[in-house]
Amino acid sequence: MAEPLLEVKDLKVSFRTEDGLVRAVDGISFTVDEGEVVGIVGESGSGKSVTMMSVMRLITDPNVLYQGEIIYKGRNLMGLSRDAMREVRGEEIAMIFQDPMTSLNPVYNVGWQIEEQLNEHNDLTKGQARRRAIELLAQVGIPRPEQRIDDYPHQFSGGMRQRVMIALALSCNPDLLIADEPTTALDVTIQAQILELIKNLKRDFGSAVALITHDLGVVADIADRILVMYAGRIVEEGDKEQIFYDPQHPYTWGLLGSIARLDRPRTRRLTAIAGQPPSLINRPRGCSFRPRCPQAFDRCSVEDPALTSKVGDGHLDACHLSVDDKRARRDATINPELAESA
Amino acid sequence: MAVFEPEAEGIVLDAEETGGDIAGRSPWALAGRRLVRNKLALAALALFVLIVAISFAAPLYSKHVANTDPFESNISGTVTIDGKTEPVLQQGGGKLGLGETPIGPTWHSHYLLGADNQGRDVAARVLYGGRASLEIGLGSALLASFLAVVFGLVAGFFGGLTDTGISRLMDLIWAFPVYLLAISLATVLLTAPNGLNLGIFNVSASSLWIPLVIIGVIYVPYVFRPIRGQVLSLREREFVEAAIAQGASNFRLIFREILPNVASTVIVLLPLIIATTILTESALSYLSIGVQPPKASWGTIIEDGQALLYTRPTVAIAPGVMIVLTVLALNVLGDGLRDALDPRSKVRMK
Amino acid sequence: MATFAIRRALWLLVVLFAISVLVFLIFFATPGVDPARQMAGRNPSPETIKNIKHEFGLDRPLPVRYGLLMKHMFISRDLISYGSHTRVIPEVLSATPVTLSLVFGAAVIWVVFSILTGVAAAVFRGTVIDPILMILALIGISVPVFWLGEVVNLVTQSRLHNFFLFSWVPPLGYTPLTQDPLMWFEQLIFPWLTLSVLYIGFYARVLRANLIETENEDYIRTARAKGLSERRVLLRHTLRTSMITFVSLFGLDFGILVGGGALLTEVVFGLPGVGLLTYNSLTALDLPVIMTTVIYGAFFITLANALVDLLYAWLDPRVRPA
Repeated sequence: MAEPLLEVKDLKVSFRTEDGLVRAVDGISFTVDEGEVVGIVGESGSGKSVTMMSVMRLITDPNVLYQGEIIYKGRNLMGLSRDAMREVRGEEIAMIFQDPMTSLNPVYNVGWQIEEQLNEHNDLTKGQARRRAIELLAQVGIPRPEQRIDDYPHQFSGGMRQRVMIALALSCNPDLLIADEPTTALDVTIQAQILELIKNLKRDFGSAVALITHDLGVVADIADRILVMYAGRIVEEGDKEQIFYDPQHPYTWGLLGSIARLDRPRTRRLTAIAGQPPSLINRPRGCSFRPRCPQAFDRCSVEDPALTSKVGDGHLDACHLSVDDKRARRDATINPELAESA
Repeated sequence: MAVFEPEAEGIVLDAEETGGDIAGRSPWALAGRRLVRNKLALAALALFVLIVAISFAAPLYSKHVANTDPFESNISGTVTIDGKTEPVLQQGGGKLGLGETPIGPTWHSHYLLGADNQGRDVAARVLYGGRASLEIGLGSALLASFLAVVFGLVAGFFGGLTDTGISRLMDLIWAFPVYLLAISLATVLLTAPNGLNLGIFNVSASSLWIPLVIIGVIYVPYVFRPIRGQVLSLREREFVEAAIAQGASNFRLIFREILPNVASTVIVLLPLIIATTILTESALSYLSIGVQPPKASWGTIIEDGQALLYTRPTVAIAPGVMIVLTVLALNVLGDGLRDALDPRSKVRMK
Repeated sequence: MATFAIRRALWLLVVLFAISVLVFLIFFATPGVDPARQMAGRNPSPETIKNIKHEFGLDRPLPVRYGLLMKHMFISRDLISYGSHTRVIPEVLSATPVTLSLVFGAAVIWVVFSILTGVAAAVFRGTVIDPILMILALIGISVPVFWLGEVVNLVTQSRLHNFFLFSWVPPLGYTPLTQDPLMWFEQLIFPWLTLSVLYIGFYARVLRANLIETENEDYIRTARAKGLSERRVLLRHTLRTSMITFVSLFGLDFGILVGGGALLTEVVFGLPGVGLLTYNSLTALDLPVIMTTVIYGAFFITLANALVDLLYAWLDPRVRPA
């Protein structure tokens, strides 16, 4: 088994604030292999963005505290000097963000911005850089790239802008692409196009992808493995089939139950998960999902469940229920017609 | 990059399931809390209040402490210090040793800061001057704010031609160089020999109302612009749409929904506006087109002191120091208010 | 872009017209004020008043009066100063180079120093440098410029004049650059510094606030994600976008100063510029000069406004007409 491309070991990220210490990420560990697509799913405040921003060391808040290790190709990124980290950014690990409208600098044209990235990590002549930029724009599906390269970001539509961001990110052939909610700000039809684009490019460029989203539906097609995060921790982890067909954690059930599906007859209203995510400053004792969990029992208020493998085969979850109990209750929660587990 | 501090670990709540909600606090309360923590802003506020207090106590000072009438010439007066009696305006002095020089600071209760070239007590005049400068500064700032809010609400809310008309008018006033506009108006209004005759009432040329209104009017565009901008963006916000969906009338929308939000903008701007109006008034008075004799303001005293600048600099320096302290205090306070209501700075904690 | 420029030029003319009307109304139509008496200056004879009344058509309807005034000002250009009895327009024109010398010199100093200060304060945020610089900036905007000038004069001309540091300072006044460059410089250096203090304070604060605000923008995060150095992010991204506001404010202030807004500095340092001309005409109630200088000032400001709009479009592509 080859060494993983990225290995996060017991990462904890906290912020000092007016109201206390906010534990945004509370001890998570996972890996991303070369060429793999990992979906990181969770609601706002679950810590998914903070995790990947920490991988890139892009957090500029002076009140941040880190603990743990982030190993990329054998090096601990947390221990690198600023200059060494800069070389990693853009060239080995690249990131695209949620809102393409504000993520591109409005005063420079698109070509300039791509060329800036190319020139930072490569030694190219002006002509070479420009040609490469046009090539990249074509690869992401921008029509008439040789003309549009001189246009400014505000002259593109939302979907086109996101394609430009993707071109920018892939320009130096990174081995890992982090996509932080890349489709959230876009229309649904454009969403599908962008996801398709990411899938194809992953194949062409051979990069691994970490796709962050709050919508399980987004990762359904494209992800190989999925991590479900809640309140700064991973509560379930497994490959696509396992998560969709044999989910083990009540929170995952909640997420699945709230997806509108076209392929099944509609029985009743979509299940929403009641309640609010917990405060990240004062964690309640026991399982952090307990206040919102319809399946909670007495053990849940006392003992914090660890992320362990109960089903086997790389499928981990953090819930005290036994596997049989889970399967029994799950169908009632998500959908009575849910297919039998694998 | 720091290492996690373990002593902060292990905060455990008792058995109840509160996720530890942060108790809801209104934005005003939060702002108030932040302001109170800002020691510098509080000090500035205290300084400002102190200056206002002593300026308005001017009559008390001149009567009981300095024992003079700062508006009356005292050319042949004398002052007694430690038993020694000296004339207030002394022979000799000046570049050629001719002419008369007023007495310098005595650092006693009489003529604390010396006399000006009319033999008047400078310290007492500075306090009275403060009263005039502050009255005009505060009054014109309030006038400008009030007009700007009215115009801003109307223009921003109703839009269309009303907005264009009002905005163009404001652009015009603003295009007029502030000083030149003030100068023009002041020249015209102040040179009327028997005061301003406005039909039913007569405003004397030395009334403080003239500079107050002039300065108040010329700064309306300055305050109008941000307010109009804010009204425009507020109008588009969801809570206004929601109120309209509830059937709210225009009147209610303006007063209940939009005005409170605008109020916080004005409050943050107010110390800065006052600082600006005080500086403008002092400049106009220095040029002799602001406050007119027999009244005095900090600016007029600086002008009085110009002739004495190289011999008795205190006369010109003292009022200037007062202006600097007052305006500085207002600026610091303004910054503090702005930070309290809109904290963006990521400051290192604890 | 051309239509944009033309539209602005037309607006410029409209504003000038409106301002001239406003000036006219202020001086000739304010209720309770008798313009003829005023224009005649102090202690006029009935003859003078009658002459003025006739020349300016004060017994004719308002629009005619306005027309006559404009004619005197621009067409026949023979508006005569009641103080110096010379023509006004040439008087204003000869005062212009003085004002321009003062304002250009001060502008160079203040732009350089405010950018240095603003950037330093933003970069060193969190250390002690930032608050120190900002307090200095605050003091800068709290000091009345005319008083500061007086204090500077007190020090350089009188109290410390014999001290080597200031012994070279010449008496107050102005010498044209072409006549004696060294003297021109020596007489202007302190006025430059005095005038800049206020603006350095203001612009440093504005720039710092803008830089801090821009820091939070998403595109700065993208720039960092590209692996650019902090210096490049600061100069090419953060500063570049922050300069948009800086430049537009600068243009407006520059226009105001050239238009006579530096009059306090000119008065205190005895520089015979347009501002001093305005002031002298005020105390002498020399109405023709006052009106001319006011319109001159308004012209420059409106021109500056229009230029700033164009400049803004050049700096910020989003604003350009498609």
